[in-house]
Amino acid sequence: MLTIEHLSKSFGGVHAVQDVSFTAREGAIHSVIGPNGAGKTTLFNLVSGIYAPTSGRIMLNGEDVAGLAPDALARRGLSRTFQNLQVCMNMTAIDNVMVGAHLRLNQNLFASMLRLPAVRRMDVQCRAEAARLMEFVGVGAYKDADAGQMPYGALKRLEIARALAASPKILLLDEPAAGLNHTETGEIEELIRKIAQSGVTVLLVEHDMKLVMNLSEHILVLDYGKTLAVGTGAEVRANPDVIAAYLGAPA
Amino acid sequence: MKCLQSRHRGLLILALVLAVLPLVLPNAFYVDVAIRIALNAIVVIALNLLIGYTGQISLGHAGFYGLGAYASAALTTHFDWPPLAALAAGALATGLLAWVLARPVLKLKGHTLAMATLGLGIIISIVINNEGRWTGGPDGMSVPAFALAGITIAGETSWYIVAAVLLLLMTWLALNLIDSPVGRALQAIHGSEIAARVAGVDTTRFKVRVFVLSAVVASIAGSISAHYIGFITPGMAGFFHSIELVTMVVVGGMASVFGSIIGAALLTILPQLLQAFEGWEVVVFGVILMGTMIFMPKGLVPSIAQRLRSRRK
Repeated sequence: MLTIEHLSKSFGGVHAVQDVSFTAREGAIHSVIGPNGAGKTTLFNLVSGIYAPTSGRIMLNGEDVAGLAPDALARRGLSRTFQNLQVCMNMTAIDNVMVGAHLRLNQNLFASMLRLPAVRRMDVQCRAEAARLMEFVGVGAYKDADAGQMPYGALKRLEIARALAASPKILLLDEPAAGLNHTETGEIEELIRKIAQSGVTVLLVEHDMKLVMNLSEHILVLDYGKTLAVGTGAEVRANPDVIAAYLGAPA
Repeated sequence: MKCLQSRHRGLLILALVLAVLPLVLPNAFYVDVAIRIALNAIVVIALNLLIGYTGQISLGHAGFYGLGAYASAALTTHFDWPPLAALAAGALATGLLAWVLARPVLKLKGHTLAMATLGLGIIISIVINNEGRWTGGPDGMSVPAFALAGITIAGETSWYIVAAVLLLLMTWLALNLIDSPVGRALQAIHGSEIAARVAGVDTTRFKVRVFVLSAVVASIAGSISAHYIGFITPGMAGFFHSIELVTMVVVGGMASVFGSIIGAALLTILPQLLQAFEGWEVVVFGVILMGTMIFMPKGLVPSIAQRLRSRRK
């Protein structure tokens, strides 16, 4: 459903992503790994429309979506979370999740100002669904809280709830376990598995190798912006280039 | 649910205060101040939707306010238009101007809107000063009374009712908007523009909409104020009035509808109270503003609400 073909992105003379190709299968969990600065987040920013690629194609359900804006990609069923949290701290937790459902709600300014019955009905429904999603990701205790009152681990989950509120077909998770302790990481793993089981294609950038190996059907290894290896967990682990990149080349 | 209840409670309290106020105000001078507060509050609520909720700064809203006022004055005086038609024409022209300005500017990042509105406000004020044939120039011009279907609004009591009803209406509309899909999109733009875009919000479009809305409301309030006061000068479209409006938003409370009303009330009353300081009132004014910013950076209403909430816990 998502195919990346010869994707490249340069910032001036820095080639952050070079000639990367990758295919994601519907309903499966895929991971992108690599040392710091390998271009993982840049790749995510390309796929989610935050950057436009220098060259290459991004095919989403047969359509080339390279260079489309994030809101246009959201309309096509793509959603994501961020490595550095992008939670709206000026809003309540549940309102943050409801923003995720934006595209399914009435966007007319006057209908909103007059609070027409249709708008109110949809809003009540959306709020209930947002509360359910908060339960699902495990932050049900913060339903009445402001986002600013929530601890870091809960905010990471809140971002996932917001992304899910869009009912995405494909979900990009940028380091969902970063900064979490062992127990929390285990819970996130369970959560990601549940999301994939509900039919959502998951693309994961993560440094926690245990999490990556446990979850991923398919792994892409980047180093200095280039593809180092592609394959299953076992294949990637046995790849001498990958070992060299992570542990240094043998003397 | 919490915000649902507080929305209705706040609106009810406002309605009660507005209903009781004329009974306790000792004389027409105070009623006049109350009317000015209400008309200012309408502009400030709309400006707060733009600044406090959406996070976009305008330093030229007095320009829109002045456009409405002068459209009403010029069209009724020179062309014998009925006041309501003049008001609508002013609002329409202001909306168009705001839209034409905002479309290109809001695609850019950063504080381009603040700079563009600053420029526009100054241009409007220069045009008003120079087009003396239509505007009376620096001397200002008088505005005929507001009449609709043969009924003329005259006297403090009638004007108070008009201003109070309009303020209630604006408050209701703003509270509805905030707690709606559009309102959440606007607040998300403030909180994290990138998150809003990923959620599917066409951020440029929503910024343009709320900017045009706030400009049109300022224009309408300007028209009504012009009819009420009966005499307008270029100062009401000037840069200092724009700053005054922004200060009302900031002191009352960013992203707070009721804060807007409190901010408008304080900054309308303060200059009257400070007249005793003869020439030093500007200094006292400045000290009060600085104090608010240092001790209550979120503005009066949100800071006090937060303190009350934490005490209850």
